[in-house]
Amino acid sequence: MMMRTLVHSLLSTVLLIGLAFAHELFGVVTVSQAQEGKLVITGSSTMAPLLLEIGKRFEANHPDTRIDVQTGGSSRGIADTIRGLADIGMASRALTPEESPLHGTVVAYDGIGIILHASNPIQKLTNAQIRSIYSGETTNWQRVGGRDAPITVVNKAQGRSTLELFLQYFQLSNRDIHAHVVIGDNEQGIKTVAGNPNAIGYVSIGTAQYDASHGLPIRLLPLQQVAASIDTVRTGIFPLSRPLTLVTKSSPTGLTKTFIEFAQSSRVHDLILQQYFVPLQN
Amino acid sequence: MILSSNNISSHSKTDLHFLWSLRVLAVVAGSLLVLIIGFILRESWPALTHIGVARVFTDPGWFPTEHSYQLTPIIVGTMLAACGSILLAAPLGIVSAIFCHFYAPPLLGQWYRHMIELLAGIPSVVFGFWGLVVLVPLIAAWHPPGPSLLAGILILTLMILPTIMLIAHSSIAQVPAAYIHSATALGLSRWAMIWHVVLPVSQIGVLTGIFLGLARALGETMAILMVCGNVVQLPSHMFDPIRTLTANIALEMAYALGSHRSVLFMSGLLLMGLVICFVSVAEALRHKANYAVAK
Repeated sequence: MMMRTLVHSLLSTVLLIGLAFAHELFGVVTVSQAQEGKLVITGSSTMAPLLLEIGKRFEANHPDTRIDVQTGGSSRGIADTIRGLADIGMASRALTPEESPLHGTVVAYDGIGIILHASNPIQKLTNAQIRSIYSGETTNWQRVGGRDAPITVVNKAQGRSTLELFLQYFQLSNRDIHAHVVIGDNEQGIKTVAGNPNAIGYVSIGTAQYDASHGLPIRLLPLQQVAASIDTVRTGIFPLSRPLTLVTKSSPTGLTKTFIEFAQSSRVHDLILQQYFVPLQN
Repeated sequence: MILSSNNISSHSKTDLHFLWSLRVLAVVAGSLLVLIIGFILRESWPALTHIGVARVFTDPGWFPTEHSYQLTPIIVGTMLAACGSILLAAPLGIVSAIFCHFYAPPLLGQWYRHMIELLAGIPSVVFGFWGLVVLVPLIAAWHPPGPSLLAGILILTLMILPTIMLIAHSSIAQVPAAYIHSATALGLSRWAMIWHVVLPVSQIGVLTGIFLGLARALGETMAILMVCGNVVQLPSHMFDPIRTLTANIALEMAYALGSHRSVLFMSGLLLMGLVICFVSVAEALRHKANYAVAK
């Protein structure tokens, strides 16, 4: 009797594993069938938490739909959209001219802020000073009016849209950057700067402002005399900001269209603010 | 009746069901590894044929978006972190095992062993997080920038110590009691007995543990990613940041396209090859040890 139970449980385990595999294999096939009530959204890790929340609210309003959000970076979002693996791609930047056959819809804005440790006496840096720190010409805070301590430069790993936007704004190439720490996501960058009084890094302003207001010892620097805050990004005066874009292969139709319109509407503004992004003004 | 139905030579229906489900499960487990290796080979094929292994050593640097794929500093960083942690963890692990088995009072020894087992069960991301918020700031205060080869070695040491200690402990425990009794009867001191009898007899088992630890150190990703700084460079000292092969894959795979992606798979293949080498050495040693004990 014992044996039979054991055999049955073993067999059902095998069956379950098999089913799991089948789901993995055929999960890809169901992606393109948006009409069935499922949307697959992939891309920017900056946007994923926001889209997850918007997706939940959308599902609550449209009971027969399922929104599947996966991260992997803006490049993946765009590549998946081109290959038809995703119905909607998330890109935390504007589309480049080569990507113009795709259709992009801005749903919110995000700003990139320079962060220092809260104990660092530096109150502002010019663009030239930041460029010189990141290219390794300035290696001590004394040179830019701070205390006598070596600067720890925190950079982002290749492929992240934050890095691309930063390089583009400061007219640097990744080869020029002399980094001491290379990080993956925003939180890792913030923890690194919070743990090192002489570090400088750059992360999403939303994330930085949230963490700074929750007691982490970091401070956002103004850029060209504009304070780095959600307000200045919203009004468009903060120089280093980026649009959060939803990308589709062509002009959206059907469920995709309904979802994108929902994501743009004021019904999700509270969710956008919760994630420390800046909603569209309308 | 009951006894005869349990006889291994009688193939009852239940036995057959059981046998076949075991066979199916074994084939599934075995073919998974083959599938994984096949998949990695397929994905790295473009890099192996179009870019070639040589460029991994001759390109000017690691700038994948500019099609320059030099991996040497990353390979060196990986080896330094893994070997450095072995240099620390091996003596610590062996000494802990000896302490646990010969010197500690039974209750303390048992308690100590359970602590080490618990250490083995801590998820690597927890080690990484602890390293990032505690260890790295400490090193930064001592010698900036903080995230460094040293931080990686220390975290890896903590992670592979249980492997080395537990395997060393069980192979020390397997030393035949007769050897120990004879050594005691000869009037050897406890230390002399450990040094001249226990360690030589159990050395193969201890070495197995070290190679398994090395394989784990090579494959560790999350904790290393968080504490090593991930700068692609040949470190000139312990306080320089490094990037390992695993961290490189974890950092860039999600963003990699085309040949960049393929080169990352190729580095995965290299890593897999190294781990297979170390695990096979460990296995070979284990067989030798079993043979020696059987003799």
